[in-house]
Amino acid sequence: MDLQTLSVESANIARRESAWQRLHRNWSVRVGGCALLVMIVVAGAAPLLGTVDPTLFDAASRDLRPGQSGEIMTLDGELLQHKFVMGSDSFGRDIYSRVIYGTRVSLLVGIATALLALAFGIVFGLSAGYLRWLDGPLMRVMDGLMAIPAILLAIALVALWRASVLTVVLAIAITEIPRVTRLVRSLVLSIREEPYVEAAISLGTPTWKIMFGHILPNCVAPLLVQGTYICASAILVEAILSFLGVGLPPDIPTWGNIMAEGRVQFMAYPHNLFFPGVFLAVTVLAVNILGDGLRDTLDPKMAKKV
Amino acid sequence: MSVIEVRDLTIALPRGSDRTEAASRVSFSVERGEIVCLVGESGSGKSVIAQGVMGLLPKGLPVTGGTMLLEGEDITRATQRRLRELRCTRMSMVFQEPMTALNPVMSCGDQLDEVLREHTRLSPAERRRKILDIVREVRLPDPERMVASYPHQLSGGQRQRIMIAMALVLEPALLIADEPTTALDVTTQAQILKLIQDLQARHGTGVLFITHDFGVVAEIAHRVAVLRLGELVEFGARDEVLKRPRHDYTRMLIGSVPTLKPHARAADGAAPVVLATRGLAKTYRDRNWFAQRREVHAATDVTLEVRKGQTLGIVGESGSGKSTVARCIVRLIDPSGGAILLGGVDIAAMPPGRLRPLRRRVQIVFQDPYRSLNPRRTVLEAIIEGPRNYGLARGAAVARARNLMGLVRMDPDSLSRYPHQFSGGQRQRICIARALAMEPELLIADEAVSALDVSVQAQVLELLEDIRNRLDLAMLFITHDLRVAAQICDHVAVMSQGRVVEYGPAAQIFGAPRHEYTRALFEAAPGRDFAFGAA
Repeated sequence: MDLQTLSVESANIARRESAWQRLHRNWSVRVGGCALLVMIVVAGAAPLLGTVDPTLFDAASRDLRPGQSGEIMTLDGELLQHKFVMGSDSFGRDIYSRVIYGTRVSLLVGIATALLALAFGIVFGLSAGYLRWLDGPLMRVMDGLMAIPAILLAIALVALWRASVLTVVLAIAITEIPRVTRLVRSLVLSIREEPYVEAAISLGTPTWKIMFGHILPNCVAPLLVQGTYICASAILVEAILSFLGVGLPPDIPTWGNIMAEGRVQFMAYPHNLFFPGVFLAVTVLAVNILGDGLRDTLDPKMAKKV
Repeated sequence: MSVIEVRDLTIALPRGSDRTEAASRVSFSVERGEIVCLVGESGSGKSVIAQGVMGLLPKGLPVTGGTMLLEGEDITRATQRRLRELRCTRMSMVFQEPMTALNPVMSCGDQLDEVLREHTRLSPAERRRKILDIVREVRLPDPERMVASYPHQLSGGQRQRIMIAMALVLEPALLIADEPTTALDVTTQAQILKLIQDLQARHGTGVLFITHDFGVVAEIAHRVAVLRLGELVEFGARDEVLKRPRHDYTRMLIGSVPTLKPHARAADGAAPVVLATRGLAKTYRDRNWFAQRREVHAATDVTLEVRKGQTLGIVGESGSGKSTVARCIVRLIDPSGGAILLGGVDIAAMPPGRLRPLRRRVQIVFQDPYRSLNPRRTVLEAIIEGPRNYGLARGAAVARARNLMGLVRMDPDSLSRYPHQFSGGQRQRICIARALAMEPELLIADEAVSALDVSVQAQVLELLEDIRNRLDLAMLFITHDLRVAAQICDHVAVMSQGRVVEYGPAAQIFGAPRHEYTRALFEAAPGRDFAFGAA
């Protein structure tokens, strides 16, 4: 009893600093957050960063090395002098413009997938964890979903629905939902035993209010962390799908598409793969570092163990 | 030469803590063959001092002054290597929770063997003999089987015996016992205390015994050191300190310990019955498709009555089914048999829809003040949640909350704060206010004062009694602590293994217990011969 109170007291001492302050001080949160912020700004300001329309091509400017200048024709037939910072591909498209515009797709897919997977996972997990009769059927469906390899499932779903940003997001989210559901369910199973939940029951609080008012707010921290990991993994999976040619259609510039098209000429023109690869790696790393930082600050017990 | 002599020990706390030092210039000593009790409330620094002596302080709590002499050797600045050599051979420690102190994936024998392998050069056969000897000495039955068992296969008391065996196998000069019986039932506690006393007398070990329980102090201590917020307020022979405490704080602590004599309040036998159970039963069944069904009878044939304005106590050890009964009555779990009559209406099998309007009439306060309040809601939200559920307007609910805060003697202006800004005792008051906001007829206190320090416990008990009298409430008070039961209950039901073994007026049960289990409980109550509360 005494040890327990002691640890609670020390937790209180730690908590005196607000969560927000601790987030600010955490090195991982700062680095990951800043890097991610830069990526978001880049995505938002893509037209202002010296890019051209990423779908433009010019046969005269094929396979340029990074830094070479060439010309490119706009849709109006106007000829532009353009410096190809990251070179061009075998159609004569500007890799730099394509990579920058690709940031939009990747972040959109990552964040949308995370939100969608969390939303469904929360509803399913809360239901499975709190309503005992739903637990068995719901979790067996989730187990079934988890038995199918994620990439395979995503490929099948995209093939079924035709490729677009929405279908890719849906396909990736569906493979993530079972994981979120499991996480939420396990959190609910422990929180529902807390005396404050039992107190709410004896106060006559309706079940849905207990689920969303008492249990859900106490799941937020781990869910936030899980959300960042889903985001990172979705960005990767989208790139993989595009690389395999089953993701977004080739007319939308995504990092996976650029790499897929550059793959054939990899030995001669490695820049086709190098630049989108670097952006992909940096973004995923930033999101993961941010997630680690969030975990450390929101769950100090975990941080000490790791 | 003292076994351990601590002089002016000062241990710093990290910045931003509620005080600057965990221990401030603490001096005491333990002689050979002596038990010194280090007693204090939570946060007094007693565990930190024990860790300091063992060299187990976390990095954030450095020793900033003073000396510690273990049989004359200065261990204040000993290297980690030297400390490792000393631990187990010259000083050893027994912890509060034997389940977490033992490694769950190693058999008890292997864990004992590890100590011997680490510190001696005995052959495997000699080690084996020594292990069986010490296991026999801590009076564990069937030593061969015990040695081969894993911690989870043993009971709490048996695990603690293994811990003691491990601590004493190399015959250290100093044994530090940090609340070693706090997690145990009272009858087991009595056995372990006896064991520690016997072993200590036989081997001449010096024991530093850390506890918050003055009953335990009265039972085993030779000398007592009283700590308050890191400062040693009193150090002297047991009878000196307990009977003639010099410091006000010691006097207050000893005065807060409830006596074992029941209060002499005459209970009105004609008061209306608020709640009665008839043959209440709860059986847990292992539903398994393949294996045989297992049944656990958590409660069997429990028949009780609580009358308006009176307190019924349910007393029992862990696993006796006392909390099961409480949770059945609140319908947090569904009883598997019998009737629960609330004002004459049977609610035992009532469907949730019809039960809901009746819920407000029975409210419960739980044991753990740190987990009974949702950490993400303000106190106000917690208190008005119930009344709002039953349609009270927000303004009226807030007014009621402010009133109740006054009733539980807290500042109504602190309603906007969050639970973590309050101490354990204050949180328990908030929980009581939350329960009272429903204007219940029956208030159930499920070990509601068990997690509190003795001085806070006395205040909360007094508050509960005051509220019961003022609101003419019926109260069901569940506790493992006979002293607490004696203080507050009009009637007492003693439970053991799911059954009520004795039930009657408190005066009769405490005065002349008839059932053998009740008598065993009284026998085991630590410090029963000592008149507390009178000081």
